[in-house]
Amino acid sequence: MKSKKNLFAVSLLSASIGLASMPAMANQSKLTIVTSFPQDLTQVFEDAFEKANPDIDLEVLKKKTSSGIKYIKETASKNQTDLFWASAPDAFEVLKDSSLLQQYEVKASSIPEKIGSFPIHDPEGFYKGFAAAGYGIMWNTRYLKAKKLPAPTGWDDLKKPTYFGHVGMSAPSRSGTTHLTVETILQAEGWDNGWAMLKQMSGNFKSVTERSFGVPDGVNSGNFGLGIVIDFFGLSSQGAGFPVEFIYPQGTALVPANIGIISNAPNRAGAERFIDFLLSDQGQELLLDPKIRRLPVNPEIYAKAPQGFPNPFKDDALKSALHFDLNLSKNRYNLVNSMFDVMITYRMDDLRAATGAIHEAETALAEKPDAEAQALLEQAKALVAKLPISEAEANDPDFAAVFTQKRKKASDNVNGRQAEVEAQWDSFVVANYQQAQSLAEKALSML
Amino acid sequence: MASTTGTRKGTLRLDFSSIQWGPTSAAAAIGIFLLFVLVLPVAKVIFVAFQDPSSGAFTLNNFVDFFNASLFRESFVNSFYVSAMSVVFATMIALPLAYFTTRFNFAGSTLIQTLGMIPLIMPPFVGAVAMQLFFGDNGSINLMLDEHFGFTIPFMQGLNGVILVQSVHFFPFILINLSASLQNIDRSMEEAALNLGSSGMRLFRRIVLPLGMPGYIAGASLVFLKVFDDLGTPLLLNVNNMLAPQAYLRISSVGISDPVGYVISVILVLFSLFSMWVSFLAMKGKDYSTVQKGGGGLLKRDLNTLEKTGCYLVIGLILIFVLAPHLALFLLSISTVWSFSPLPDGYTLEHYSTVFTNAHTFITNTLLYAGLAGLIDVVLGTAIAYIVWRTGIWGRKALDFIAMGALAIPGVVLGIGYLRMFYDIEMPFSDVPLATWWGIMVIALAVRRLPYALRACVAALQQVALSLEEAAESLGASKFTTVRRIVVPLMMGGILAGFVTSFATAAVELSATIMLVAKEDDAPLAYGIYVFMQSAAGRGPGAALGIIAVLIVGAGTYLSHLIIERTKRAHGLKK
Repeated sequence: MKSKKNLFAVSLLSASIGLASMPAMANQSKLTIVTSFPQDLTQVFEDAFEKANPDIDLEVLKKKTSSGIKYIKETASKNQTDLFWASAPDAFEVLKDSSLLQQYEVKASSIPEKIGSFPIHDPEGFYKGFAAAGYGIMWNTRYLKAKKLPAPTGWDDLKKPTYFGHVGMSAPSRSGTTHLTVETILQAEGWDNGWAMLKQMSGNFKSVTERSFGVPDGVNSGNFGLGIVIDFFGLSSQGAGFPVEFIYPQGTALVPANIGIISNAPNRAGAERFIDFLLSDQGQELLLDPKIRRLPVNPEIYAKAPQGFPNPFKDDALKSALHFDLNLSKNRYNLVNSMFDVMITYRMDDLRAATGAIHEAETALAEKPDAEAQALLEQAKALVAKLPISEAEANDPDFAAVFTQKRKKASDNVNGRQAEVEAQWDSFVVANYQQAQSLAEKALSML
Repeated sequence: MASTTGTRKGTLRLDFSSIQWGPTSAAAAIGIFLLFVLVLPVAKVIFVAFQDPSSGAFTLNNFVDFFNASLFRESFVNSFYVSAMSVVFATMIALPLAYFTTRFNFAGSTLIQTLGMIPLIMPPFVGAVAMQLFFGDNGSINLMLDEHFGFTIPFMQGLNGVILVQSVHFFPFILINLSASLQNIDRSMEEAALNLGSSGMRLFRRIVLPLGMPGYIAGASLVFLKVFDDLGTPLLLNVNNMLAPQAYLRISSVGISDPVGYVISVILVLFSLFSMWVSFLAMKGKDYSTVQKGGGGLLKRDLNTLEKTGCYLVIGLILIFVLAPHLALFLLSISTVWSFSPLPDGYTLEHYSTVFTNAHTFITNTLLYAGLAGLIDVVLGTAIAYIVWRTGIWGRKALDFIAMGALAIPGVVLGIGYLRMFYDIEMPFSDVPLATWWGIMVIALAVRRLPYALRACVAALQQVALSLEEAAESLGASKFTTVRRIVVPLMMGGILAGFVTSFATAAVELSATIMLVAKEDDAPLAYGIYVFMQSAAGRGPGAALGIIAVLIVGAGTYLSHLIIERTKRAHGLKK
């Protein structure tokens, strides 16, 4: 079929474009990887792996993490994919829960059990960590200079009025890595305070981007000044020459990026060889490539890293990374995404208006203190922070089930419909934001 | 509607003589094709909208939830507003271009028509990135304004940004259909009006505008519907409060088996069919065809120097504006680093060499897929247009509606539907599942573009007088001969317009194909651009690949314009 197609294409085109090469591949086995990683990363590994294993033809298929999971699920009946290769451990948990991964024991021995407080490999052996990823803030130095903004030092800074309208982040429902950032903040600060902080930060957003890459792209081009990103986005943008900086704030989570073998993989032997390659010294060293810039999980590799390269096994900011509770995160995965979308993504305008009014009143109050206005302002802030459900409700598996309802058996029963719940939350937060805005405006008018 | 002019004698007493066997079997074949590649896959997905997620039983609760949510009502209003405003702005851009190039004699009409098509040839995600570079809050224009005058213009904020990008992106639909229509007007109409003393605005209002109406409505309704269900632009501008993004965000998120995304899809489909029906009604009962086919097109007038200058000025301004994203993309493709500055820091050709060394399969694949898809579309489009407007076959309007319904199917929905339908079926003579065979991508592209071709063909057919066919048939020509020798040649302008639109837009489609790509060797260009554009160092190569796409499809467009001109001239000579 293929040769027929190529013939057709070539005859269509032979005048304008060089002949498509059609290498005849004898005695080669095909290995198919579905990945969310960019070309810059995969090409380096593809070239090196094929050179080391000339008998394997590596086929890299790029899909967004969420599309990749959908694709593997939809094609499971006659699986053609050998490996899934992506950042978010949650995504692998989803595949594992659907029995779409198979166990494998790695051969590499120089990789420690844990990074920070996180096990590098899945304890049950269904997927392996190959690189560490932390979350942080990147910013465009030209932008900050032109707008006379200070460089941020931690998450708390992003709540400040100075950054109003200058920050970007992706939505956790769209990006596995952003989900981890949100969950990290919720786990580090606690449910109520965590959400309050997220909303204060989000009130300063210029946009909530649809792709996770939209954030580094926005910062690189200067469309907005600061972005909340996974480390390698910041580091590789720097590597590509953009005028950007990146920091890990206190309270970041360090989480491994992973790879796993799909159930019924057509080329299981090849898949194992690729994982072993990825975890070998050579594979780990490739992660330091300026276009990739990921943190290897083998501590010995850092000896070869460039000056100033973060080392999660040594650096204090990263060593103190909190214990990330993967189970907690998994159980409320969709619920947290949905809350973020209802309260922040879809109500950005309302939230921004309320936050703007609060910033203004606060600035005015700092110059001219007034107890009554101060009280109104506190009320306004509390209204913005108010949540439609408590932590206990959110962690209640019965309630969270509304967001994952997948009837497996006819006897399975699920209460409530997601859209119905979301509509209630929506009217709740919109009313609160509007009231908060008018209270803040009232406070300002009293000064 | 056509009178039944069948000449066969019925063997039974029942009046079978009125059944037109040729068109009927064609209609049946097309119906079966659409059933398998459009209706069933989509029905498989849409079924979910009527399913109670907790019990699996039939329910309308999901629709109740939709209408109870203020977010969705708001999204609906926003989608409607943005679509309507985009039609208005797109008309303002397209009307002068179409009118000037068909009405007056001046150099470069074909070039202008081609340049006017180019905005369509840009994957939406690239379009928004490029527009941000020039028109964004910190884009070149605003940075310069801020530096020299201390103010900025929020071109790209909120719904207005979407309207701006959409009108620039989709106005060619109006341009190409309106131009085809204007070129098909019999100039004797205009001569008659001139003889009777009409001229200027009155001539335009009473003769040109009404006769060009089928093309305009065809184009405008496409713009409306495309904007209504377009995902890429609102998503890239991070505007979520519209229907299509809401549907997409819900359907594609991991693990959310929430049926509301599917409900929104159903509503998108219904609304699109409804607005098609409205435009159908608007056209009904009016006859736009002219019996004679003169030299073709409006009377072309020569312009004096002053008029010519004015004309070029207007056209130039419009072209600069609509081609700005391409200029930005070009700059990006040759720049080293471009960050928060009016122009890039430096220039390089490296990105092009990167692309040529590892992306040529993307290009060949795209030409093949989009070419085949365009071909399938015009064949089906011509057939359906003929069946709907020229025969009395039962269910013909349903055929039209189903084909148009493809417009409203989000690409992701179609992609998932195909995987569900065709994955377990094996491709003959191989061990590849049918769903991952490259031909399925061609079908997905063809189905999604069929409405464009169909509207163009319908508009063209509406300008062919029925009496021409009747004359042919009364002279003994069979139905098939009539269609082949009379109808299709007279429709050629519209058919080519349909091919160009289908080809050009299929060449940059991503949403359906990204679900279906099973190996990189089979991937089309848009996928390649997408892959490049996902990394910091890939912005340049991605832009370079985008420029190559624009050049190739632009060349294709120019070529087909030349063919149109040539056929026109050939027909003129034969007379």
